[in-house]
Amino acid sequence: LFNMSAVAGLRAGRTLPDKVKIVEVGPRDGLQNEKTIVPTETKIHLIDMLSASGLSVIEATSFVSPKWVPQMADQVEVMKGIDRKPGVSYPVLTPNLKGFQAAVKAGASEVAIFGAASELFSKKNINCSVEESLQRFDEVVRMAKEAGVRVRGYVSCVLGCPYEGNVAPEKVAHVAKRLYSMGCYEISLGDTTGVGTPGSMSDMLEAVSREVPVNALAVHCHDTYGQALANILVALQMGISVIDSSVAGLGGCPYASGASGNVATEDVVYMLHGLGIQTGVDLSKLMDAGAFICRTLNRRTSSKVAQATCKL
Amino acid sequence: MGNVPTAVKHCLSYEQLIQDYPWLKRLLLEEKNITGHEYPEFVRIVEVGPRDGLQNEKLIDMLSGTGLPVIEATSFVSSKWVPQMADHTDVLRGIHREPHVRYPVLTPNLQGFHDAVAAGATEVAVFGSASETFSKKNINCSIDESMLRFEEVIKAAKERQIPVRGYVSCALGCPYEGHIEPSKVSEVAKRLYEMGCYEISLGDTIGVGTPGSMFKMLQSVMAEVPTNALAVHCHDTYGQALPNILIALQMGVCVVDSAVAGLGGCPYAQGSSGNVSTEDVLYMLHGVGVETGVNLAKVLEAGDFICEALGRQTNSRVARARGRTL
Repeated sequence: LFNMSAVAGLRAGRTLPDKVKIVEVGPRDGLQNEKTIVPTETKIHLIDMLSASGLSVIEATSFVSPKWVPQMADQVEVMKGIDRKPGVSYPVLTPNLKGFQAAVKAGASEVAIFGAASELFSKKNINCSVEESLQRFDEVVRMAKEAGVRVRGYVSCVLGCPYEGNVAPEKVAHVAKRLYSMGCYEISLGDTTGVGTPGSMSDMLEAVSREVPVNALAVHCHDTYGQALANILVALQMGISVIDSSVAGLGGCPYASGASGNVATEDVVYMLHGLGIQTGVDLSKLMDAGAFICRTLNRRTSSKVAQATCKL
Repeated sequence: MGNVPTAVKHCLSYEQLIQDYPWLKRLLLEEKNITGHEYPEFVRIVEVGPRDGLQNEKLIDMLSGTGLPVIEATSFVSSKWVPQMADHTDVLRGIHREPHVRYPVLTPNLQGFHDAVAAGATEVAVFGSASETFSKKNINCSIDESMLRFEEVIKAAKERQIPVRGYVSCALGCPYEGHIEPSKVSEVAKRLYEMGCYEISLGDTIGVGTPGSMFKMLQSVMAEVPTNALAVHCHDTYGQALPNILIALQMGVCVVDSAVAGLGGCPYAQGSSGNVSTEDVLYMLHGVGVETGVNLAKVLEAGDFICEALGRQTNSRVARARGRTL
């Protein structure tokens, strides 16, 4: 056990969590941001390999209109084709009521909704204000409650916005609180452009944890500026025990051409295991899944652990 | 929140509270933040890019203009072992020595030391290892034998009032031995320090360390060497460099080694490319409010220059991201 409060020089005064839940977003967030369209069988195989690696939450697909996100056009086939491992959750994105209904019909038992902490980002991304989006989500959450379906809330731009620049921690706290009070069981705080540092991460988490219990919070860090693991470390030190990541670091940044995006699950797991934190994940099986999808996409992995292991 | 009873506090939202009692905000700002983290006010960056094989005087001159306080210029090892280092004397003589910048050079033995001094060196560094096997394979002698060699160098350096920095490689793992006991690291660090090295740089030579092993190793070393004489030299081979540096800072370390554009790495450790990039370190340090005196934009320029000159892609994520947003 890693007891930090026992050591001189460490004033965190908190122990790190014993266990961390990893929310694997590769098949959805990752693939959505990859240029190559991936065949349905490949997506299904990837998800099945991820299920076999010990991950307990795998975001399977997105019920958005295929017009907007062609990569997710096979949403129904993917949902129906994957091997639903007992004890593993397969949430799907549902931007509105229509998407929600389609998701439930296809067998989804958990959904996710996406809010933004930035007005400009909300308008540019989903064509409405933050308030309007929250009202839309309210409908989804109500329907979900009736259907016995869990809802996860995402807040994007929590450490900065590609259009607005700085984002006030209080704004993030406000949106997080709204989503939580509406009925989302967990709020994932996303550093959408990866500009955050351990400084802005801790300021933001301090503000949010005043409004939402820390055990209902997750962090979704992007590695665009190389800060993701450092930001995750600070989040762990502040009591966060749910981390979003993407196998092989799939999914480049849609706002900075050529830049990296999602943090790689392999690298996160390597760090967590090194800290003595349990994840339930078998790193070598995870790397197999990463190797598989990179071969299919004909791209190099963004995971440093995967790159390093190949050399030896 | 001093004056508010706990029960009431739990019923109210912070937002609402601030709205109703605007004077509360000032009181609350005086509370330490939840993490209680304090980072050093100032961190010295030791730029090791040029020494790790990037023989380029223009690069060093560009780096000299960025505010970096220490730039390792070259290495006086036998050019038989490290061919890129053949023109070390020329490099040291050819660079423009910025007044407030230090230009240490590596000197593995007395011969190297004398060559360095003859070439104008004003600071030197010696390289020890926490792993016997690595020591034998890297410099062809045991740790004890290497310490005898270093003692000669340090003695000669003291006579000329030349400061000596000590490196301990394989501090978090060895490519041959695997796990390295923290006590072995602290033993070697202590020897170097007691011999007279003013600072000990602890190197994660193959980048296998995590904040967990960094913590344990530093705990052990800090019991033997004062924290303000310690530096960390992290490799990013497994992507762990920045969190490892962060935890070191939280433990009071205030000297960090890094390399512009993340270029260079140990030529002796198989598969271990991957110095952490100075740009990414600066971005993080500035983000947590640490002063470094270094201008990130100028380092990015130096990085652009050397990558173009070498025909290589930068390893710095900050460099890749910057200038391409929207």
